[in-house]
Amino acid sequence: MIKANFSRASLELDAAGETTRIVETLRRQLARDLHRRGVVVGLSGGIDSTVTAALAVRALGREKVFGLMMPERHSQSESSPLGLKVAESLGIEWIEEDITGILESVGFYRRYDEAIREVIPNFGPAWLSKLVIGGVAQGNGFTTFSIVAQSPDGKVVRERLPLHAYLGVVAATNFKQRTRKMLEYYHADRLNYAVAGTPNRLEYDQGFFVKNGDGSADIKPIAHLYKTQVYQLAEYLDVPLDIRQRTPTTDTYSMPQGQDEFYFALPYAQMDLCLYGLNNKLSSDIVATAAGLDPQTVERVWSDIMRKRTTTRYLHLPPLLIEEI
Amino acid sequence: MKSQIRKFVVDTFLFGSDEDMTDGSSFLANGIIDSTGVMELVAHLEKAYNIKIKDDELTPENLDSINAIAEFLAKKQSQPV
Repeated sequence: MIKANFSRASLELDAAGETTRIVETLRRQLARDLHRRGVVVGLSGGIDSTVTAALAVRALGREKVFGLMMPERHSQSESSPLGLKVAESLGIEWIEEDITGILESVGFYRRYDEAIREVIPNFGPAWLSKLVIGGVAQGNGFTTFSIVAQSPDGKVVRERLPLHAYLGVVAATNFKQRTRKMLEYYHADRLNYAVAGTPNRLEYDQGFFVKNGDGSADIKPIAHLYKTQVYQLAEYLDVPLDIRQRTPTTDTYSMPQGQDEFYFALPYAQMDLCLYGLNNKLSSDIVATAAGLDPQTVERVWSDIMRKRTTTRYLHLPPLLIEEI
Repeated sequence: MKSQIRKFVVDTFLFGSDEDMTDGSSFLANGIIDSTGVMELVAHLEKAYNIKIKDDELTPENLDSINAIAEFLAKKQSQPV
């Protein structure tokens, strides 16, 4: 019974059994639903894309999985080498496509810098920056978005973003995810493959993806798994240790940005427990004990989870029609 | 002032339809605005009423209903600039 014994151990799964289930499902989806010959996976060097690729190899064989690394100017330096390590350890065909040129062509870097200059007039290409969110842990829905920027001489400034600047930063940054997805589909089309999305359950549930960017895919093999469980599968699938130990990052901004700085109220291990508790109707007292929090914080995190479900629901919707066709 | 605030909320977030919204209705609880909507609201209030809303003033107590906003604006406008 969940209630009496709820702890981090409650998220442990039968890695071998779950791998078999995912593998069998992937084969059926490729053969019967999608009629595609293999899978394209964008490899960021992160745990989610790595486990997705490893599962695809288990399901289809290494010769039917294609890996794609897509760095750009703001990418963390270790992302591509780690992505390459994944591709080589799995023995899959891969290619690196640097998307800096595409992003320059659509004016991403210019638009992004212009948006930030609304609050930091001296901001320019030599600066580093990241978007951070405040107030999420309060769970009252009144979050603030700020830009943290570091000048070339090392000075760090933080400015709250007004609406126009915030939307400008997000809209520009979304070019990255949409450009990467465009390339994934290019390779999928030329190979007659399907495109794998790599969100874990928390990301999928909470709308932590870009519409028609990383949110777009033909299959999402780990969207039902809590991130904690993704790490369990990673160990079972012999994912290299440095990838398993890498701190989750958005790898979107020129300054390293944790997912809990940008979107989630807490680190993923605690978010998983809160989400699991909410999904399984546990009391906040029980979840608090398991997560090392107080019940009031759990309640606030639950409020934030439910609010995000509502506000990001549109990301999951297909196009709305006037009448059913 | 309340009618001006209501007009902004209805025009911006509800496309003219406000049957269910009272002056005391919680915007967030009733799904009228989200976090981006809060930013729109803040931008409008700062411009329309010539005020600056500080980070620690971004609370439901100050902004989550027409009544709350009216009370908050009255307080802000009575403060020395």
